[in-house]
Amino acid sequence: MSILTAPTLSHYLVLGAILFAISMAGIFLNRKNVIILLMAIELMLLAVNLNFVAFASFLGDMAGQVFVFFILTVAAAESAIGLAILVLLFRNVGSIDVDDLDHLKG
Amino acid sequence: MTIHAALFYFFAAILVFAALRVITARNPVHSALWLVLAFFTAAAHWLMLGAEFLAIVLVLVYVGAVMVLFLFVIMMLDVNFENLRRGFRSYLPVGITVGILVLVEMALVLVSSYLKPGVAAAGAPVAADNTRALGRLLYTDYVYPFEIAAVILLVAIVAAITLTHRRRKETKHQNPGEQVRVHARDRLRVVAMPSEKRER
Repeated sequence: MSILTAPTLSHYLVLGAILFAISMAGIFLNRKNVIILLMAIELMLLAVNLNFVAFASFLGDMAGQVFVFFILTVAAAESAIGLAILVLLFRNVGSIDVDDLDHLKG
Repeated sequence: MTIHAALFYFFAAILVFAALRVITARNPVHSALWLVLAFFTAAAHWLMLGAEFLAIVLVLVYVGAVMVLFLFVIMMLDVNFENLRRGFRSYLPVGITVGILVLVEMALVLVSSYLKPGVAAAGAPVAADNTRALGRLLYTDYVYPFEIAAVILLVAIVAAITLTHRRRKETKHQNPGEQVRVHARDRLRVVAMPSEKRER
């Protein structure tokens, strides 16, 4: 075990896995509150980006960093539109509880 | 323990703790602030990995823009957040189970390479001038995806504004189409009048 030496790729991958698992548990725990769900999704994207940057650094390939750049762009657009939908939802329904979103009766 | 490893464990501990607080905080404002801390420590990790430009972008774009947007929305919505937390305890077992399952699955994949030290540590060094290298790559090999990303941002602007914009009745506004299509005879009436004699 190489706990005391410089961090290797596996250290970063394990850290990313822990982050991903935490945010996945967060989606289950806060499944009524849409805002926390959006934050958990941001945290998941952060874990994935951490993996990308770690691979790019340890394999010496800049393509991973370019991918992180595009993921950041798309995630910013996603959260902007998601929050706009959230505001619209609150205006029309008066609540952001996931359980209240049953108008389609699916 | 090298300084590198010490920094790694320091930032990793803060990152994991902040992530845990994001999903367990009672107040969504606190969740957002813990998420800001998580982004900051992730940026520190990226700095140690040699991705300076992306670390700065993460702080500027995420902490500076996206999280501020989150805070704005949380504070604008007049929601009783205590009601939304009902059932938190009943979801606790299944949430923890799923989290641990995902973690164990990923760890099983990683553990073989983790036990062999130095397998992944060897690799070509990252370019010293990170921003220049990333910019060169973005404007040559990835120029079309770059343009598409710009279009996606434009679509996001238009979508966010059209979704949330409300036109109030009492506000004054112009209609440029009507203004362009107007004729002189709609606005101006020329009347023929006999001129009056001057009195002496």
